[in-house]
Amino acid sequence: MLIRSRPDWWLPERAATPESLYLNRRQWLTGSGLLGAGLLGGGLVGALTATPAHAAAPALPALRHTKGLVTTDDALTPYEAVSGYNNFYEFGTDKTDPAANAGTLKPRPWTLAVDGEVSKPTRFDIDALLKAMPLEERVYRLRCVEGWSMVIPWVGFPLASLLKQVEPTSKAKYVAFATLNDRTQMPGLRARVLDWPYVEGLRLDEAMHPLTMLVVGLYGRVLPNQNGAPIRLVVPWKYGFKSIKSIVSLKLVERQPPTSWSRSAPSEYGFYANVNPKVSHPRWSQAKERRIGEFFRRDTLMFNGYAAEVAGLYKGMNLARYY
Amino acid sequence: MPRPPRPLADRRRQRDLLKRGTFILLLMPLVWLVLQWGFLLTTGGSALGVNPIEASIRFTGEWALRALLLTLAVSPLARFSRWTPVMSIRRMLGLYTFTYAALHFCLYFGFDKELSVADVVADVLKRWYITLGMGGLLLLIPLAATSSAGAIRRLGGRRWQRLHRAVYAIGALACAHFVLLVKGNQLEPWVYAGIFALLMILRLIPRSTGPLPTTTASAPTGH
Repeated sequence: MLIRSRPDWWLPERAATPESLYLNRRQWLTGSGLLGAGLLGGGLVGALTATPAHAAAPALPALRHTKGLVTTDDALTPYEAVSGYNNFYEFGTDKTDPAANAGTLKPRPWTLAVDGEVSKPTRFDIDALLKAMPLEERVYRLRCVEGWSMVIPWVGFPLASLLKQVEPTSKAKYVAFATLNDRTQMPGLRARVLDWPYVEGLRLDEAMHPLTMLVVGLYGRVLPNQNGAPIRLVVPWKYGFKSIKSIVSLKLVERQPPTSWSRSAPSEYGFYANVNPKVSHPRWSQAKERRIGEFFRRDTLMFNGYAAEVAGLYKGMNLARYY
Repeated sequence: MPRPPRPLADRRRQRDLLKRGTFILLLMPLVWLVLQWGFLLTTGGSALGVNPIEASIRFTGEWALRALLLTLAVSPLARFSRWTPVMSIRRMLGLYTFTYAALHFCLYFGFDKELSVADVVADVLKRWYITLGMGGLLLLIPLAATSSAGAIRRLGGRRWQRLHRAVYAIGALACAHFVLLVKGNQLEPWVYAGIFALLMILRLIPRSTGPLPTTTASAPTGH
């Protein structure tokens, strides 16, 4: 068998781990001491447990990555839900619109421009970036401002490692992000739901925080278009809308940059948008959330459960005022 | 062009057909919803997607609004087409409005608020779109309760009619509820609001000729 002639760690793209396996990941890991044996066993388990829906899902290329942080023991939200229930208004306002319409997005070739208050402004080619950065899987909770949540195995790297490469100057206090703004690729841009392009921002210390990730995949595969291909932000202690998708530009700036939702409705969405069950939103109580796949609500955790790691960033700040 | 007078039995048959058709048509969304919940609870997969509660709340809300706009379309249709038998389905459309609105509320109360009255009160006080929606629902109750022929008789046509003009306020509340509910600038709620506005404007056109279109089966029309 060809695979035996390769080093132990080598994984062909066609060996993308079946999703059913990811759902039983821990079980699978205990059952396979060696990766080679794991592949055989995995194939078997996959064949036995794969449902037609799994088999029919278009297999995006696998990403070579290591297993990193798992921040919750909660069950992972199935791939179908993560890739089928999205807020990505550039492709329509219904939750199923992005999955239906994002086929027009062309995630290759793609350039991520990083400039502003940096010593080394750089235009990163996405493929070069993927090669240069060690990719890691991290299981994070995602809490949407609308009151639902998921648990997602993202694949990516810390935003800090990219920022260190461009060397922010002493003037850099914030990072401003922008999504692609191309009507030919994003049919939803024709409706002025928001002032396009979608823009977001973080304070530099938030951006440098080790939990803040640039994500290029989920469930071990390349990021589906509807989830913000080819590269997106994930800030797990903030409401989902902060985690901007399909990023083309990242600018280090001195002043707090405008953000799309706070520009659209300043009384509803602030710059910080930290998950906070005690600060109620004008539309939705934030005390509870519905985990996708569950009928009833569960309590929302302060900073989405990441208080131990991030509360220090906001010491002394009135979080009801800076919402 | 005035229609030739029909025999009484013929007109009654036409009204019966209209009513039955309306009953079945407006029942379909509810049947669909119940079926999807059946699939969801047995096989786990349904057309309601991965957040079936939210989808069901949205679905019943939209059908309440559609039924309401259909109700409000009946008397202009009868007036401008002079096809008076259509008046016979107005009550049923109104009751469907109430049915879907009540389901909409029950799903919100049961699953979103988990039967906590305190949480609902807090929502009504804090969130304008809930305040307006709840206002509309509360106004629907007396209308649904006085929909029977007996209630019309007891109230007297004029008083009944005055009471049932609340439906215009309900329409405005329902549209505002939807407009305020969505995030960003979305077109869909404005389409409903536009249809509502059009139906209201039609009522402002002065009557030049002919008596009010009335039928024996329903009460006098509003303006």
